[in-house]
Amino acid sequence: MSDASYPDDLLYHPEHDWARLKDADATFGITWFAQDALGEVVFFDPPPVGTTVTKDEPYTEVESVKAVSDVVAPLSGEIIEVNTALADKPETINDEPYGEGWLVKVKLSDPEEASSLLDAAAYKASLA
Amino acid sequence: MPSTAETALRRTSLYERHAAAGAKLVPFAGWEMPVQYTGIRDEHLAVRRHAGVFDVSHMGEVQTRGPQATAFLQRVLSNEVRRLPEGGAQYSLLCREDGGIIDDLFTYRLADCEFLTVTNAANHQKDLAWMQEQAAGFDVDVIDRAAEFGMLAVQGPAARELAGGLADGPLPPRMHCCQRDLAGVPVLVCGTGYTGEDGVELLFDPEHAPAVWDALVQAGATPCGLGARDTLRLEVCFHLYGNDMDERRNPIEAGLGWCCKEQTGFIGADAVAAARAAGTPEKLVAFAIEGPGIPRPGNPILGGGIVTSGTFSPCLECGIGMGYVPSERATPGTGIEIDVRGTARAAVIKAKPLYQTKGP
Repeated sequence: MSDASYPDDLLYHPEHDWARLKDADATFGITWFAQDALGEVVFFDPPPVGTTVTKDEPYTEVESVKAVSDVVAPLSGEIIEVNTALADKPETINDEPYGEGWLVKVKLSDPEEASSLLDAAAYKASLA
Repeated sequence: MPSTAETALRRTSLYERHAAAGAKLVPFAGWEMPVQYTGIRDEHLAVRRHAGVFDVSHMGEVQTRGPQATAFLQRVLSNEVRRLPEGGAQYSLLCREDGGIIDDLFTYRLADCEFLTVTNAANHQKDLAWMQEQAAGFDVDVIDRAAEFGMLAVQGPAARELAGGLADGPLPPRMHCCQRDLAGVPVLVCGTGYTGEDGVELLFDPEHAPAVWDALVQAGATPCGLGARDTLRLEVCFHLYGNDMDERRNPIEAGLGWCCKEQTGFIGADAVAAARAAGTPEKLVAFAIEGPGIPRPGNPILGGGIVTSGTFSPCLECGIGMGYVPSERATPGTGIEIDVRGTARAAVIKAKPLYQTKGP
């Protein structure tokens, strides 16, 4: 399992999700804190491409052996890609939560929403 | 029991060991217990392939002794206590008059007129009160010994060899017990466990717990938490009290008729005999999910029924569980669908156990 880290180039939602913005699109995932609390992820069943997600609302689930956890959308939009590689290797979410363990890519409906997210320092402070 | 939110959680004498080993500690039946150290799957596989050690000191102990100890236990326990030899172990149920299951228990016969019964932590006070109430009229003492025992389970194909190397004599066979010095301290060694693997359970003065724990870990046992204990027992379809049965279920529908000997006249025997003769509307079955999805306790089974235990099986690498279904649909091979948070997941009812271990 990876060591605790919160990269500076991401925006964070207090429900332990991250977003990486690129133009009007964003990649979503869960933070190191979230995957550590959950334990080894054994199942991720992504929502279909085309699904509309709403900021602060659950849009999918990740499951460890012991528990299932809702994943909250940090921003609103429409899913344009899902990480299909996680079907065979869901533990990638533990190993590389900010890299190969990304969950979905979203076309943002309101990029201005990003202004309400936390930067790495503020998110880290919220965990203390 | 007072609400745990307002009550300080109790800690076993191994708390510092767990914390130092990086365990995730969670509230469980009023105790702060390790749910995992490195990860449930790793710990689970360590037990299936080699050996793991579990701190189960939260479990309770009740001593029963006196001239009528056997007669008394035969009245409250569902199994045939009078056939339990000295140095023997037996699984049984504590039942209400209507057959409702109060607890499931292992009882060890330490001497002709002395027994030790291990209770589930959440049920200990209830069991003790029930047993003491039923003891009126018997020449017997029913004594709470929960504070006087620490308990470790050492489980896995290498568990016996590993524990035996620390003992001053041979370990007892399966379903037997004996007193030994182990890791230099007096230990009641029991050939029992709840993982489906061979192994032993060790009962001793709690102050010796760190010494016994350290010796076992040093000898190669992997520290394992309650998370792996749950996945291990579910793969072999051992019941978890409070999930798979409780006071609203009788032993027949729970699939525990095998440890009920109605001819002994135990409390609840008439109700159990009636349920056995007439059959029950529902039965506890084991199932495996076909394809994706992990069932969880409380998930509805479509067409009637409910999941009582569910997890991801590290050995079978799929979702597995147990649950109650209408008896006419309880035959292995029957397809069912489980409502896993709004998604219907296909599953097949399987013969128990779901996973076949090599031992004991």
